[in-house]
Amino acid sequence: MKDVTGEQPLLELKSLEKQFDLDQGFLETIKMRGGKFIREKRAVHAVNNVSLGVERGEALCVVGESGCGKSTVARLVAGLLAPTAGEIHYDGERIDNRSRRAMMPLRKKMQMIFQNPYASLNPRMTIQQTLEEPVKYHNPALSQGEIADKVTEVMQSVGVDPSWSRRYPHEFSGGQRQRIAIARALTVDPEFIIADEPISALDVSIQAQVLNLMLEAKDQRGLTYLFITHDLSVVQHFGTRVVVLYLGSICELADTATLFENPKHPYTRALLSAIPQLKDDKPNHIRLRGEIPTPINLPQGCPFQSRCAYANDRCGAEQPRPLQQPDGSMVACHAVEENRLDT
Amino acid sequence: MSLLSVRDLTVKFAMRDQTVTALSQISFDLGKGERLGIVGESGAGKSITGFSLMNLLSRPGFIDSGKILFEGEDIVQMNEKQLRSIRGNRMAMIFQDPMVTLNPVLTIGQQMVETLMAHRSLSKSEAAHISVLKLREVYIPSPEERLNQYPHELSGGMRQRIIIAMALLLDPELIIADEPTTALDVTIQADIMELLLELCQSNKVGLILITHDLGVVSQMTERTLVMYAGRVIEAGRTREIINDPQHPYTQGLINALPQQTLPGHRLKQIPGNMPGLGALPPGCPFSPRCEYSVDRCRTTLPEIVQYAGIEVACHEVKRLHNADETQEQSA
Repeated sequence: MKDVTGEQPLLELKSLEKQFDLDQGFLETIKMRGGKFIREKRAVHAVNNVSLGVERGEALCVVGESGCGKSTVARLVAGLLAPTAGEIHYDGERIDNRSRRAMMPLRKKMQMIFQNPYASLNPRMTIQQTLEEPVKYHNPALSQGEIADKVTEVMQSVGVDPSWSRRYPHEFSGGQRQRIAIARALTVDPEFIIADEPISALDVSIQAQVLNLMLEAKDQRGLTYLFITHDLSVVQHFGTRVVVLYLGSICELADTATLFENPKHPYTRALLSAIPQLKDDKPNHIRLRGEIPTPINLPQGCPFQSRCAYANDRCGAEQPRPLQQPDGSMVACHAVEENRLDT
Repeated sequence: MSLLSVRDLTVKFAMRDQTVTALSQISFDLGKGERLGIVGESGAGKSITGFSLMNLLSRPGFIDSGKILFEGEDIVQMNEKQLRSIRGNRMAMIFQDPMVTLNPVLTIGQQMVETLMAHRSLSKSEAAHISVLKLREVYIPSPEERLNQYPHELSGGMRQRIIIAMALLLDPELIIADEPTTALDVTIQADIMELLLELCQSNKVGLILITHDLGVVSQMTERTLVMYAGRVIEAGRTREIINDPQHPYTQGLINALPQQTLPGHRLKQIPGNMPGLGALPPGCPFSPRCEYSVDRCRTTLPEIVQYAGIEVACHEVKRLHNADETQEQSA
């Protein structure tokens, strides 16, 4: 799935890394080990060497379990965090080293939707104020009337009655709040939306409403999404391509259909087999040994080796690189490369 | 005789200006070793049902009327002392968040031993021995060491296993699990569910599984109750409900799942929201959101009727079913 047309992807991450220092001050770095004082800096390796591109008009889903670095990727792309190493390019321009001021024009093109609609709306602002603020900020030339028109239009498009615009967030249900959060992202006519678990705080019947809304917005406005989620059934429905992350590294990157039909990485297989199915009486779920290790002091070699049934000496020594498979997917696994997996 | 039989359970909440009905006339039975799922969206009354079964409701909530017969004895009428001899002993509860359920200032061992000694006349070392056995049963590696650890030293999945072990400590006849895996990752969820299923089957423990996830219910339970706005609207064998739901709400709930629609197509959504308990519409509580509703639905509350082996509370279930069949024939 590399860009065959030669067209530049809208967003490109190049060997992106993010570490969070645990020991920040000098004193915190001093540890006692075996009777001696030593200096040691520990860091959480949240994102390790992630490279990927997001094409225009697609919905790239990032999946993984908690602590795998999916939200960190979203925040890095949105410029809310600065990467430790690597580059982020948006529309051909490098954006990760820009100043806040230089980021401003980009904020209009790139908007974010957060997980918790209870926390992401200011409780002291009416819906009108919440929705007006970004329009005013990014288009100072607009008149008050034009701004009001824009807000009304966006509210209608997300199915919230514009006559409610004077209400405060606490007067709305979770689903309605998430619609308002989506409306806020849409008011500045963005081209790229970063959605960090936008539906996981909602009930099933409300999830469907919000997902439909996001799909509509995609078709009508030609939006590109970076969609962060842990819910694989949503990915299958919404995503055009999927990235599976494990401990901050890419395991597998493939078209949605390819990934669900023919998952290759042992972790992807386990993840897919763990979804509770409606029809299937007999769960044939692949049991993983143990749990996710901490991202502090990552093991050498493959990050998944401690839970993988196919791990051998090479997996313990050398970190696998994402390699292109015949069907176009990228898989980072020695066992897949050496054909050691039973199918 | 069934292990648990609930009859016309009604729970109310006395608020400052009004009394709202959180559960109205819930009835169901659970046999020995049977597994029952309770599904519904937030606010449907699932958790309240779980709490009332152990008579754990605290003010402003109270059981207004109805019976909860646990092996023939009515839990509603019991005093604190009688309740204490049942709670945790013959009936155990597993809560959603394993971080909150365990006491952070006591070691795992202290908490397990305390529970055992409260109900059985055992010495400390005997209690510790039983604790180790139970931890081994839930596949906790090196259980002897765990007894001296504090909850914060363990991962979420491990804590939930320990809670399951604690629930099983006194060999209860019934476990009520309220969203036991919602706070966990999918791979861990699958592990925990498999473990819970295995333990319930091998020890013949009854299970009431409260969840919003129809997939989990489908894999774990034999029978299912679907709740909406404090009422049971559909009840029957899980397989039959999943394969051929009768109530429009259950149909909507199943159809709203992304698995039920082709990728990229619009999901079949249920319009609107569940009404607040203080503002229930007259008639069927689902009628404002229901595409099949007629005048009768908006005025009179539907009774539970038997239809195709499923208990369902809907006026229009027959018409619905006929419509489905004619559609199939014409298609």
